Amino acid sequence: MQLVLEKRAERSGTIALVSPLIAIGLTIATMVILFAILGKNPLLALHAYFIAPLTDGYSLQEIAVKATPLVMIAIGLSLCYLANAWNIGAEGQFLIGAVAGSWIAVRTQGTDAGAWVLPVMLVLAAAAGALYALIPAICKVKFGASEILTSLMLVYVADLFLDYLVRGPWRDPHGFNFPTTAEFDPVATVPLLIEGGRLHFGSILALLVVAAAAILLGRTIKGFEIRVVGAAPRAARFGGFKADRLIILTFAVSGALAGLAGIIEVAGPVGHLQPGISPGYGFTAIIVAFLGRLNPLGILIAGLFLALTFIGGEQAQITMKIPLDVTKVFQGILLFYVLACDSLILYRFKLVFPNRQVTSGAG
Amino acid sequence: MELVEAIILSVLAASTPLLIAATGELVTERSGVLNLGVEGMMIVGAACGFAGAWLTGSIFIGALFGIVAGTMMSLFFALMALGLAVNQVATGLALTILGVGLSGLIGAGFVGERITPAVHLSIPGLTDIPLVGRVLFGEDAFVYFSIALLVGVWWFLYRTRAGLILRACGDNHVSAHALGYPVLRIRTLAVMFGGACAGLAGAYLPLAYTPFFIPGMTAGRGWIALALVVFSSWRPGRLVVGAYLFGAVTILQLHAQGWGVGIPSQFMSALPYLATIVVLVLLSRARSGGSTAPAALGTVFVPDR
Repeated sequence: MQLVLEKRAERSGTIALVSPLIAIGLTIATMVILFAILGKNPLLALHAYFIAPLTDGYSLQEIAVKATPLVMIAIGLSLCYLANAWNIGAEGQFLIGAVAGSWIAVRTQGTDAGAWVLPVMLVLAAAAGALYALIPAICKVKFGASEILTSLMLVYVADLFLDYLVRGPWRDPHGFNFPTTAEFDPVATVPLLIEGGRLHFGSILALLVVAAAAILLGRTIKGFEIRVVGAAPRAARFGGFKADRLIILTFAVSGALAGLAGIIEVAGPVGHLQPGISPGYGFTAIIVAFLGRLNPLGILIAGLFLALTFIGGEQAQITMKIPLDVTKVFQGILLFYVLACDSLILYRFKLVFPNRQVTSGAG
Repeated sequence: MELVEAIILSVLAASTPLLIAATGELVTERSGVLNLGVEGMMIVGAACGFAGAWLTGSIFIGALFGIVAGTMMSLFFALMALGLAVNQVATGLALTILGVGLSGLIGAGFVGERITPAVHLSIPGLTDIPLVGRVLFGEDAFVYFSIALLVGVWWFLYRTRAGLILRACGDNHVSAHALGYPVLRIRTLAVMFGGACAGLAGAYLPLAYTPFFIPGMTAGRGWIALALVVFSSWRPGRLVVGAYLFGAVTILQLHAQGWGVGIPSQFMSALPYLATIVVLVLLSRARSGGSTAPAALGTVFVPDR
């Protein structure tokens, strides 16, 4: 007796809808075991992770704040992945965007620069992120170099570059030698939506990005092109779609969105440029993209869910002394289950009995 | 002379983890599977290897812990990518994300602890030969093992029937299946070998390179090992050149920082990563006539029956 995969005649629509939920369920079951191994009460831990952050206004705002970069980056990545272009360096594009935008903020610090500062920062960050993402895209299209490896290598380079800037030329002279720029001026800061709260204008921008992506993919020829090139490259070639041009385009768009997310994070919740501005947003966004089934609305929901795990993880660390790495383990396991459940959309399990088949064939 | 010897020694030490991890991944990829989770398997190998050595006081047991940890991680990958026919790129990324979290969790209790690093070979007379003595006869066991491993893999791939079958799976899984070879089983074994090597390569870092564990200590070496396999055109002979070249770049930038060259240290630290990109571009360009990658690399195979 053997368990084998069998291709379904067509995609299973039901499973496509419920598979993320099955994956989340399986992940939570696995986490219960992990909490028990760590000697923590699983029910209390689950409460700290998934319920407690939803019960007060401050945490709810914080979830939206954390979801903002995740959703923006993941929307860009989903375009890449749909077109079968593997940008996994969004973390680097996020950091370069943050650096490029901060350049304006640092240069105008203490001057009487007007309201133009923030818009210019946003545009510059998006442009820098796009250009940074174009390096692996062009290396791929012109020279055939694996975009996976080059985009990832650039993450380390961006990280070191940011580190150099805040320890060297951009360090706050009154910052007690901490590697950070001075706090940005009010004109270089993303405005808050609620006075005295945490929610900022960037979250609105993220919603606009989701809507734009939904229109692009659902209503335009370009969106159709992206999906065809990824799903059926041969058919796309016959249809005259240029895969190379789409790689360039999707990388540039995803880089721009990651860069924008970077400057919004720095000019918003953080308020200055420093190392460690990202708890791995660029990598978590990969999970968000897959958990959201590469669909804009799905990504919005998945982004909020993963933001919840960040906030829940912080709370569980404070209240129950559960290490922060548990959140990363959770996210990794979740991606595994999501991918495994996705497999069931295209395949079904089947038990085969090799011996019986032979006898029936002979008879 | 002293300095030259010291540089060669440190280049060998920096190259060895790259060589071991890349050798394992080369076998995996020759069977047609692209496992991008090398970094994740390495970092778990590093945490478990250090834990093993710290608990037992034995470097050998620590290395075994690393190997077992890497193999178990690779079984996750095999279950997903081979058992469930999931996209290999996505699964490899998942393995790395999971590995980084797991290693932090496992290693948290060991941060700040120290162990006695692996001993170096010492043969009176031979090891004392100037310049070449310590390079040839004064290394730790990992360095000798990495060379033996590479030679063994070369012999296996090109001189044994099993190696030929493994390469057949990597070049055309449909034909290999039609000839009656258990493609998925062969690939699972190749993935496990890659995991064992990645785990050992990770364990090398806290057991021999630095005698302590810090989270994220692999610092992208798993990804560089993946690039090395591309660099080598999937041939073990060229792998050794690539690994030592990259080790040399790493050491060069460290020494340059020490000599006080007027370049900020962060730019020097970025050199190995930039070198990887440049090499990938140059090689991919030189190879425009046709790819040398295993033809079925990274493609999903579900046997029909």
